[in-house]
Amino acid sequence: MSTLSAKRDVHWFFKGARGITSLPAIILMSAFVGFCGFAVEAGIPFGQTVFMTGMIWALPAKVLLVGSIIAGASLPAAFLTVALSSIRLMPMVAALIPEIRTEKTPTWLLLLLSHFIAITAYVFTMERIRDVPREHRVAFFAGFGITVTSANILLVAVIYSTVSNLPAMLAGALFFLTPVYFLTSIWASTRDRAGHIAMVFGLALGPMFHQVAPEFDILYAGVVGGTLAFFADRVWKGRSSS
Amino acid sequence: MIGYATFDTWWWPYVFIAIAGWLATDMWRWIGVLVGNRLQQDSAALTWVRAVATALLAAVIAKLIIYPTGELANVPLALRIGAVTAGFAAFLMAGKRTWVGIVTALALLIGGQFLLG
Repeated sequence: MSTLSAKRDVHWFFKGARGITSLPAIILMSAFVGFCGFAVEAGIPFGQTVFMTGMIWALPAKVLLVGSIIAGASLPAAFLTVALSSIRLMPMVAALIPEIRTEKTPTWLLLLLSHFIAITAYVFTMERIRDVPREHRVAFFAGFGITVTSANILLVAVIYSTVSNLPAMLAGALFFLTPVYFLTSIWASTRDRAGHIAMVFGLALGPMFHQVAPEFDILYAGVVGGTLAFFADRVWKGRSSS
Repeated sequence: MIGYATFDTWWWPYVFIAIAGWLATDMWRWIGVLVGNRLQQDSAALTWVRAVATALLAAVIAKLIIYPTGELANVPLALRIGAVTAGFAAFLMAGKRTWVGIVTALALLIGGQFLLG
């Protein structure tokens, strides 16, 4: 019984791993080409660029860390910048965990696997997890997360020496690919109305808060936009049912 | 104050990246696991957390377009916004096909730069 279940887990792990050929994974890899070019341009050595890719994994946090290094920021300042921008990982992980765990999933395993959660893994998993039997969801997520992270570490290592030959217009397009992809795929994978309202609020509030509080803009836009969307959805629901 | 270039050893930059990069991101993931473990599926609390996560992502998207890094910063703002708006409209009209939105937006961004010279 338990060996059969373990076999099914392996099957679902490889199904997740096959997600490396999905549109989200391919776009993420293009974005990593863009990031690698940025790191080379900033003068970050080969070993450190590869190390960053695996250890931080979230792309915006890496861009900010490289930005802090260029600016000569102190360790506490760089830590604070990256930490503030990465608060967004917390609600993302908190929203994803109830979708993949079972009552028996050990917390240490979730803590370990949480490292592989970033925007792409979040979008990919939220889009497909409903079609995965609950007891195999952790295996499916692990397969995708570990494969995509390893593939991008390899990718960065392989292209590091040649990426600076990329034409400027192509490099710009690679930086543009990520937001356009996030915008469309998150809209498509959001199932509830509150999520769509939250997206509209977040798009408007992000640049607005950037004007008044550039250090905390993402955080404010998320908490204020998300809370407003949550209540707007409640009011909407109450009206349509009465 | 201690910074990236403070110590002239091969390992110091790695320690810097581990603290300011790895620790600064993974600590939120760990807290997320502990919070997520207590959330019930289909609860109002989870709907709220998901709405906050979505709004945060949307804010990141808007900032990547309006305040970009790297080569994209050299493309005029109006072209960036026009391309992403048209791409999103094409995505909706094509029945929410992600690739249609991406192809449209990228074609406009690159084509627009050629037109502007």
